Amino acid sequence: MKKQWFTISVYSENNVGLLNRISGIFLKRHINIESLNVSKSEIEGVSKFTIVVNTTEKWTRNIVGQIEKQIEVIKAYYHTDDETIYQESALFKISSDLLFDERQIQNIIKDSAAQIVTVARDFFVLAKSGRRNEIDEMHDQLKPFGIMQFVRSGRIAVTKSEMRISALLNEFYQDK
Amino acid sequence: METVKEKKTETAKKAIIKISGAEAIIHCLLAEGADLIYGYPGGAIMPVYDELYKFQDRLTHILTRHEQGATHAAQGFARVTGKVGVAMATSGPGATNLVTGLADAQIDSTPMVCITGQVARHLLGSDAFQETDIIGISTPVTKWNYQITRASEIPEIMAKAFYIARSGRPGPVLVDITKNAQIDEFEFSYEKCTGVRSYNPVPKPDLKAIEAAAALINTAKKPYIVFGQGVILGEAEAQLKALVEKTGIPAAWTILGLSAMDTDHPLNVGMVGMHGNYGPNVLTNECDLLIAIGMRFDDRVTGSLDTYAKQAKVIHFEIDPAEINKNVEADVAVLGNSRETLELLLPLVNENKHEAWHNEFKKKYQEEFDVVIKNDIHPTKEGLTMGEVIEEINIASGQKAIIVSDVGQHQMIACRYAKFKQSKSNVTSGGLGTMGFALPAAIGAKMGAMDREVVAIIGDGGYQMTIQELGTIFQNKTPVKIVVLNNEHLGMVRQWQELFFDRRYASTVMTNPDFVKIAEGYHIKAKKVSQRSELKATIAEMIASKDAYFLEVSVEQEDNVFPMVPSGASVSDIRLK
Ligand SMILES: Cc1ncc(C[n+]2csc(CCOP(=O)(O)OP(=O)(O)O)c2C)c(N)n1
Repeated sequence: MKKQWFTISVYSENNVGLLNRISGIFLKRHINIESLNVSKSEIEGVSKFTIVVNTTEKWTRNIVGQIEKQIEVIKAYYHTDDETIYQESALFKISSDLLFDERQIQNIIKDSAAQIVTVARDFFVLAKSGRRNEIDEMHDQLKPFGIMQFVRSGRIAVTKSEMRISALLNEFYQDK
Repeated sequence: METVKEKKTETAKKAIIKISGAEAIIHCLLAEGADLIYGYPGGAIMPVYDELYKFQDRLTHILTRHEQGATHAAQGFARVTGKVGVAMATSGPGATNLVTGLADAQIDSTPMVCITGQVARHLLGSDAFQETDIIGISTPVTKWNYQITRASEIPEIMAKAFYIARSGRPGPVLVDITKNAQIDEFEFSYEKCTGVRSYNPVPKPDLKAIEAAAALINTAKKPYIVFGQGVILGEAEAQLKALVEKTGIPAAWTILGLSAMDTDHPLNVGMVGMHGNYGPNVLTNECDLLIAIGMRFDDRVTGSLDTYAKQAKVIHFEIDPAEINKNVEADVAVLGNSRETLELLLPLVNENKHEAWHNEFKKKYQEEFDVVIKNDIHPTKEGLTMGEVIEEINIASGQKAIIVSDVGQHQMIACRYAKFKQSKSNVTSGGLGTMGFALPAAIGAKMGAMDREVVAIIGDGGYQMTIQELGTIFQNKTPVKIVVLNNEHLGMVRQWQELFFDRRYASTVMTNPDFVKIAEGYHIKAKKVSQRSELKATIAEMIASKDAYFLEVSVEQEDNVFPMVPSGASVSDIRLK
C-alpha cells in the first residue's frame, strides 16, 4: 500500500492525559505526526484534535482504531486531502528595509494574498493562510531575500461529509 | 448527582458527615465489592493503610512481599473470579513496581484497579521524595488512569475506575491519589458508574453481520473454530459448546482460551500457536473457513501472517473494534459480546457433522501422539519429563484443579497437557510472558476460589523472580500447591539456543539453591522428587494436603518442547522434532 496524507480528526472529552495517550500510539508505531492541532469543537465541552500523518491507509485505520479505543475519545475519523477543506497558517518575520527596498517583495505579498500583521522599525510580519503548498511557495519566494523567522501552524480541517458527534452523544443519553 | 446520602440528609437534617479521602477510598472499595485487596504500604499511602487497619473486619488487605506480587495476585484473583482485582502501593518505587503487572493485565485483558499514593499536590513536579510520574509511566500499559488531587474527586473517579476496568474488553486502571486528597475531609456519597459517554464498551451486535457469518458457516466444507479468552470474559462457554455441537465444527483454543471448553470434548482439537498441537496449526492452512471467536491473532498464534490461512474466508467475533483487520483481514466481522453474538448466531446455523474433516484432525493427532505426546507423558527414558508430572497432576486432582503456570517450557507443557472440565481454570501470562507471574497469581487464584485446588507450575528460573511470595503464603496460610519443574536451566531460552544458536548456552545455566530448604524456611511442607517411582505417590500426597505444599521435581535438563512453529515461520511448517 502506498503512503498518503491523512487528516485524523479526534473528538474527545477535555482531559489532561489524553494527548500523552494519543501521541504514544504514534510513537509505538514510529509514525511521525506531521502536524497537530488541539482546539475546542462545535460541541460545548468537546475538544478536537486534528492530526496529519503521511502513511498507508492500513496504518491509519489501525491507529484510528487505537485512538478511538481510549476512554475519553468520543469518535475518531480519518480523511484524505480530497475529502477535507483544510488550512494552515504561517508567520514570516522579515527585515523592514526589504519592504521598501525590494519591489519584488510587495508583489509577492499582493500575489499571495498575505496580510501584513505589523510593521515595526526593524521588521515586519506577514501572515499567510492556505494549503501547505501555497505556504511553501511563498516561503520559497521570500527565502532569497532573507527570512528572519518562520513558523507554520498545525493543519485545521473540516470534512465535506458529516461527522455525527452530537447524534452519538445523544444516543448515550437516550440509552440511559 | 443525586445520591442516597443526600436523600437521607434531607430527612435527618444537618446529619452531614465528613470523612477523610482515605476513609472514602475504603468505602468505595466496599461499595464495589472489593473486600480482598493486595498491596504494600509506604509514606504516600499511609493514610489509606491507617483506614485499612480500622476496617480490617470488613476489608482484608493481603501484604505481599513485593508490589509486583500484589499485581499478579490481583490478576490471579480476577482471572478465576471474573471480578476486578485490586492492588495498592505507595508512590515512587512502590508505584513503579506495579508496572509489570499493569502491562501483563493490559495485554491479557484482566480487570484490575491499582491505587497508588502520590506526594501532596503542592509538591507535584518538584522532584519531591518518592515522587514519580506514575501517570506518565503507566499510560501505555493501562486502559485508563487518573490522578486525584482533591478528596472530593474520589467517589466519582473510583466508581469510574471499576466500571472501566470490568466493562467491555476488561483491563487495568490506575488511580494515583495525592496525599492531601487522602487527608482532606469532604462530604462522601457514592454512586456506581453505569456509563461514560465517550466510551462504548460493548458494540451492539449487527444482525446483518451475524446472518452473513451463518451463511458462510452453512456452506463451508472445512470450517474451523479458534477460540480465545473472549469466550471466558464474555461468559460464552455454553454458547460455544452449543455452536460446536450443533455444527460439528472442530474447535481449537489459544493459550488464554484454554479451559473455556472441556479439554476432553470430542470436538475440542487442541491448542493453536507456537507450541500448540500439530493438527490445529497445520489445518489452519487447509480449512476453508476460519471462525475466530474472542481472540486477537497474536503473532505467537499466527506465525508468519503472509502464509496464515490465506486460502480461508475469515469470520471474526470480537468485542474490540480495534482488533478487526489489525493482523488478519476478516471477511465478516461480528462485533459485540461473544455470548450475545453466539446466542444470535446459534438458531441460524445448520446441523452438521463434518466427519471427514474431523478425521483429518484425528489423523494429525495420531502423528503428534506417536512422535511427541507419547514420549512426553509416558516416557520410557530414565529422566523425568515435565509432561508426566502434569499428567500425574491431572490424575490426582481429577482434572478439577486450577492450574497457574509461569513462563517457559513448563508453561507450554502445562498448557498442552493439563486437562480441564471447568472454565476460568487456566491462569497464565500469555501476552506478556511474565516470568515470576505464577507464584503470586496462584495466591490470588486460591483466595478467589478457596473451594478449589490451585496448583502452580513454575520453572526454576521464574520461581526465583518472585520467590519471596512464599512469605505471603506462609503468613496467610494460603493452601496453594507449588510445583517447581527444575531443569537447572532457563529452559525455553536454552531450547532456542540449542535449535537456533548452535547450542551456545549463554547465561541459561542456573546454579540453584536448595529449594526444599527455602520452602521449609517459610514453614511450608516441602519435598523433592528425582525418581519416577516416587512421583505418583508424592503428587497424590501434595494434592491431598490441606496446607500449602512445595514440590520440586528434577526433570531432564535438556528436553525440548515440541511441536514448534519456529518464530516467523508459517503454521504449516510446524516441526514435530
Ligand atoms: C521477566 C522475564 N524475563 C525474561 C524472560 C525471557 N524468558 C522466557 S522463557 C525464559 C526461561 C524460563 O526458564 P524457567 O523459569 O527455568 O522455565 P523453563 O523454561 O526451564 O521451564 C526466559 C528467560 C521472560 N519471559 N520474562
